[in-house]
Amino acid sequence: MKLIALLAAVTAIAVTPAAFAADDTIIIGMTQSQTGSLNVDSVAQYRGIEMWRDEVNAAGGIAAGGKHYKVKFVSYDDQSQGGRVQQLYTRLIVQDKAEFLFAPYSSGLTATAAVISEQYGKVMIITGGAEEKTYTLGNKYLFQVITPAGHYLSGALEALHSKNPKARVAFVYSDDPFSKAVISAARDQAKEAGFDVVIDESYAPSTTDFGPIVNKIISARADALFGGGHYPDSATLARQIYDQKANLKWESLLVAPGDAKFATLGPAALGVSTGSQWELPVKFTPQFGPTGKEFAEKFKATYHIDADYHSASGYAGGMILQHAIEQAGSVDPEKVAAALNKTDVTIFFGHVKCATEPGDHGMQVAHQMVVAQWVEENGRLSRQVVWPRDAASAPLLYPIPSH
Amino acid sequence: MLRRLSFWIITLFIAVFAIAPAIGGNVELRESLVLATVYVTLATNLNIMLGYAGYINFGSIVFFGLGGYFCVYLMGAPGWPLPVALFAAGTAVSALALVFGLGILRLRGAYFALATIGVNEGVQAFVQNFDPFGGSSGLYLPVTMFKPLGGPMEALWVVYFLLVAIMGASLYLSYAVKLSKFGLGLLSIGQNEDAARILGVPTRRYKALAYSVSAFLPALAGGLYFFKSAFIQPSDAFDLTFSTEAIVIIMLGGQGTIIGPALGAYLYEELRGWLLTSDTFSHFQLVIAGTLLLLIVLFVPGGFMGWLYGRWPRLRKVFE
Amino acid sequence: MSGIGIIASIIDGVLVGSVYGLAAMGLTLIWGVMDVINLTHGSIIVAGMFALYLLTSALGISPYVTLVPVLVGGFLIGLALYWVAVHRMIGQAPLMSLLSTFSVNLVLIGLGTALWGTVFYNVPVSLPGLTWQRYTFPGTHILAAALSAVIAACLYVFLYRTQLGKAIRAVAGNRQAAELVGIPTTRVLALAFGLGVALAGVSGMLIATLFPFTLLSGDAYQLKSFVVIVLGGLGNPAGALLGGIALGLLEGLVTPFIPVSWTLVIEFALFVVALIAFPGGVFALRRS
Repeated sequence: MKLIALLAAVTAIAVTPAAFAADDTIIIGMTQSQTGSLNVDSVAQYRGIEMWRDEVNAAGGIAAGGKHYKVKFVSYDDQSQGGRVQQLYTRLIVQDKAEFLFAPYSSGLTATAAVISEQYGKVMIITGGAEEKTYTLGNKYLFQVITPAGHYLSGALEALHSKNPKARVAFVYSDDPFSKAVISAARDQAKEAGFDVVIDESYAPSTTDFGPIVNKIISARADALFGGGHYPDSATLARQIYDQKANLKWESLLVAPGDAKFATLGPAALGVSTGSQWELPVKFTPQFGPTGKEFAEKFKATYHIDADYHSASGYAGGMILQHAIEQAGSVDPEKVAAALNKTDVTIFFGHVKCATEPGDHGMQVAHQMVVAQWVEENGRLSRQVVWPRDAASAPLLYPIPSH
Repeated sequence: MLRRLSFWIITLFIAVFAIAPAIGGNVELRESLVLATVYVTLATNLNIMLGYAGYINFGSIVFFGLGGYFCVYLMGAPGWPLPVALFAAGTAVSALALVFGLGILRLRGAYFALATIGVNEGVQAFVQNFDPFGGSSGLYLPVTMFKPLGGPMEALWVVYFLLVAIMGASLYLSYAVKLSKFGLGLLSIGQNEDAARILGVPTRRYKALAYSVSAFLPALAGGLYFFKSAFIQPSDAFDLTFSTEAIVIIMLGGQGTIIGPALGAYLYEELRGWLLTSDTFSHFQLVIAGTLLLLIVLFVPGGFMGWLYGRWPRLRKVFE
Repeated sequence: MSGIGIIASIIDGVLVGSVYGLAAMGLTLIWGVMDVINLTHGSIIVAGMFALYLLTSALGISPYVTLVPVLVGGFLIGLALYWVAVHRMIGQAPLMSLLSTFSVNLVLIGLGTALWGTVFYNVPVSLPGLTWQRYTFPGTHILAAALSAVIAACLYVFLYRTQLGKAIRAVAGNRQAAELVGIPTTRVLALAFGLGVALAGVSGMLIATLFPFTLLSGDAYQLKSFVVIVLGGLGNPAGALLGGIALGLLEGLVTPFIPVSWTLVIEFALFVVALIAFPGGVFALRRS
């Protein structure tokens, strides 16, 4: 009796159509910065990618060429340092048999990882590395989902120009690859727009006291400041500008203002803006996948915190990879790369399309940054989209109220 | 030297490194051994200053980083071939080390240690401002760099074997120094520098020589390592964590011995690699590394070799 | 930059420099008394920063009042650290205590990252400052500098006018002799270590009233502390305060004239030069 039951069960399983059973698995490899200075943004990015994976698997996997593929991740801690990235990515490819890769967080680590992914011919999706140099060295398998560094502050410069075309502009920024790339482009754009650039200096990333620098900005009688770098320095710069009553009319700082914790700066945060890859108020009509609102709600329900643009970038990266595999109908890297080269879609994250010429292959060319600014709403600080105007959820705050 | 057992143990160690990944072209093993060879090279050369002469060089990574920068730079804009660029890098770094060394080697103990940190941080800050070296963005090497060696895949093997050769040279060098009069002088400096000077050991010269010599091979290793990475930036090249790990390795293995740093480097690298890739521990790998180090420093300061010598004193003659 | 701007930068540099000096005082005290370089120094500074944040946000205590609990807490932690990592290293080569404190530091950072990550925290403290022409000296900077000077003065009085202070100086001068005279050296060493750690913690608390911070902020201040004690002379707390002010002065003076990115290069070049040329410290009261 038992044997017949067993046979019946086995037969039943073998015969049942595999509608919700995956035939195969795709392994995706990546490193994340679980320790070290890049920890916060890297983990945020990873959560986005992870949420995508869980959704895909719950729906039965990625459908390609008549089969369904479940997604499995293998990831290691890169400690926010380039030293082990190459070893870890080689391990992911050779030992863990990863078929696709996600890049680490940050431009520097991405550049190091890209050497390995290109050597082995594996498609690598980049959701957290904005610097452009990596794409100019002749690659075939890199695909960037986020807006590159050169456009981070274009919106902010345009917004300033619309209010004060003759503003005196100060560039004070962190001496790291990402910030330098952003400001290098912003500098050219500022000169073209006819702004008067009165200060243009970088500071060591480990700078703790910006007092003298703020005095320099005050002495130069600057109206607007563009710069900063990452968390601690952008936040400290904002605070000291306020404490020293520099009374700048416009402040656009990198990275830190995009984080909810920036509000802990209190009145020093008011009016500070940043370029953001994605904000909740922005409304794109997606061709597939969730809307921005749906994404944000799902994220909040899963992780109990608000989604920021790092998580959105991660999730978008997963969506784009999935779309390409589905379009290619295969998991062969060459076919998927070809599909990624042809990708030109709008999702909750915005319009996504990569460059295909050898000179800048993989660089994102369609996605635009929005300008997010901390404004006061019913007596409380909140971050709203203020530029471009047709995507804005609140009016531009200019000049920043003086005190 | 050839008659000593230690020599053959070193040779065996090198042979294992050379042969193991070659069997079946095991790329994954090769990659994890690359870091191990770098650690052994750094630790062994550092041992000359630290283990013999007792001078703690906290910033020894500066040799590695500068070697990397010189090599990558010379291969980039001026377009020199790898062997020439490497040799030039090694010579340049040794020369700089001699100059710096003459300055800071009059300091003792903790002062010297601090000065080496200052040198490393100062050089890093300088390179960040130095445009020919790419400033803070770093230098990139296009993939075409690997063509003379036969393409990226082959080049990685060549680089690996060269790194093993440099590791081997470091081990033999360290051993030769220990057996020589120079080495004896260094050891006497480590015991009691003032007494050594009074007894006629040319301490200033020996210290400067040791500092300069201990810079050459790490510079070569740096050149190869960053050539392989095709990318160098200041925060990777001058990472103080690396040289601190080298010190930890020497402590783990047993300072002043030959086999100690080699063994310590291998053990350390395996441990870290395992901790990083293990699901349970990766969050706490710093805590575990720290606790382990503390226990060793408190209870087994002689490291692994020290413990070994304690139990079997006769091994001191055999495993040096 | 105008002359007024330069003077403003110098004054602000001196204010912040006083806090650098306070930060370094604990380090130099420990080094001077027991020949130990405390590599947990940076982490303790961060702990002081977190203490300010937790005490003000969770318990609603007014910022400057936290100085007392931080001082006491820091002292107790210092005692614990002494017994765990330092006691057995006394009298051994400096490398050993370097490594033991370094390993404890790894553990602290590892735990901190695992528990809290490297997010930034800000404690909004606002005091009316002094404005002169277009330049403002934030009240927080002025108060922090004043408190640093007061604490330095208290430390001086303690070391030179109290029995315990004299005992500490005796042990620092010659441990064997002190032992022979009947001073309980181990207890004195532990107390000195605790005091050094307490000072580091308090400096962290004051720094957090000025700037936002993350778990990793301690590194930069630890490096600055090294520079300061080299300038001020080992084991010389008054020298540490002066050294800190000198460092702040340097940062304030350099910035108006040179691109800001060169500040660190100059700092470290000065550091190495000072080590070589002034082994007893630039401000040494007695040249060694």
